Amino acid sequence: MSTPIDALPAKPIVSGGGMLEWAGSLAVFLGIMALWWLASHAGWISRVFLPTPEATFASLQGGLDQGELLAHAGATFQRMVLGWLLASLAGIALGALIGISATARAYLQPTLEFMRPLPASALLPLAISIFGLSANMVLSVVVFGAMWPVLLATVHGFAAVEPGLREVARCLQLSQGAFLWKVALPTALPDILAGMRLSLTVSLIVSVVGEMIASQPGLGQAILLAARSFRASELFAGIALLGLLGFASNSALSLAGKILLKWQHD
Amino acid sequence: MTDRIFRWLRPWWFPVIVLGGFEWYARTVGKSSDAIAPPSAAVRAFITAVGDGSLLGATAFTLGAAALGLLLAAILGIASGIALGLSRRAARTAFFSIEVFRPVPSVALIPLAMLVFGFGLQMEFSIVAFAAFWPLLILTQAAVRQVEPRLFEVSHVLGLSPAQRAFKIILPAIIPRLFVALRLGVAVALVVAVTVEVAANPNGMGYAMMIAQQSMDPALMLAWLFWIGVAGYAINAAALRIERWVGRRMGVTA
Repeated sequence: MSTPIDALPAKPIVSGGGMLEWAGSLAVFLGIMALWWLASHAGWISRVFLPTPEATFASLQGGLDQGELLAHAGATFQRMVLGWLLASLAGIALGALIGISATARAYLQPTLEFMRPLPASALLPLAISIFGLSANMVLSVVVFGAMWPVLLATVHGFAAVEPGLREVARCLQLSQGAFLWKVALPTALPDILAGMRLSLTVSLIVSVVGEMIASQPGLGQAILLAARSFRASELFAGIALLGLLGFASNSALSLAGKILLKWQHD
Repeated sequence: MTDRIFRWLRPWWFPVIVLGGFEWYARTVGKSSDAIAPPSAAVRAFITAVGDGSLLGATAFTLGAAALGLLLAAILGIASGIALGLSRRAARTAFFSIEVFRPVPSVALIPLAMLVFGFGLQMEFSIVAFAAFWPLLILTQAAVRQVEPRLFEVSHVLGLSPAQRAFKIILPAIIPRLFVALRLGVAVALVVAVTVEVAANPNGMGYAMMIAQQSMDPALMLAWLFWIGVAGYAINAAALRIERWVGRRMGVTA
């Protein structure tokens, strides 16, 4: 279930160059926006599908001013972050337990690998029949789906601890707990953080899908209702906010990763 | 000898215990439940679904939509990836727009695709294509960056046209990495296709599973869940084998 649904590589390949290139980059973006303006105003594409940029912006502003859209975005954000945190905790704990023991790995890893490609959203029907159409149902699927990348990354990270380090730990007579905390966890940290990034993306996606099918408050439900009642500008405003949510959370995590892994490069 | 058998059996203990426990639970405590069914009932439902052709039909739809979407994403992603990989200036000017559109979760486009295409194959594969486009674009771009610079000098000396350069020099040089990207694309495409069906599109495996749940048929629902898992595992494993085979043929070890 750790399939990167919107697989984002860790780093953008190009980082911005000089001022001129930034200006060019911005100009391309503004060009796309201008094309959008032209396409909607000239009627190349029906307004039913493609609202004008002004209408979208007005919907965005109106929704944020009245607080409705803001409340939806807040609900999705909360679901995503809570699910992600629980998934990370569970994934690291279970992954450490499995990863530290070669026996546990031999027995469990094939099953885990089998589950890996399973789409998290395929668990929604099962969760609905167990928990009903509730907020907790959505959260449980978010946690279960988002746990996978962290779990597998942690297992891998703990399994990859160098044998030499194990011997050092034995010589120093470190307890099992001290070994986990002082040796295995720092070694596995890059893997775990990479898994957590992926898991955040999964959390957002499963949250949105869950809101759509279980009618829970959030952007997923908001955009689905907007589309069903042909309010294209509100739909676009919702999609833009979801993009922003994805961008902000991903950037925050990549920054956190840089800070947490600084010691490895020093 | 017994040692070998024991070793071979090890991966099976855990699933057997879990399934056995589930069977026992569903037959005793959850006997009158509409939410769960014993795995043995799921097996029977699975055989029925194979027999009446519904399994084949839904599977073909989902895999077809995933394949079409991946094809579209591959054409667009590889072409633009090569273009952006060749010219640093092009990459830098496209950078901002890519970073703006890439983080949009693919599922956010489900309502939009519904509005534009209605339900059916088109809406599903367009969303798959959007989701698979980004990894293919980025990985192709990275692959082109790592092409041996001397190959470009050769193409310069030979006076190849840009099209000739793309097809005779670059494409062959990036093929092993391209297959890595495509394998990732396969995984993305399958997940997104099933997700679109669970969320909205009344076709395919995801929808079959939703309908089984809504008609209180937990045995059939579990059969679908199992089948989605098996199909996903088999396809991903096959894609990985192809990737490794191509890599070996092209002389890449790893």
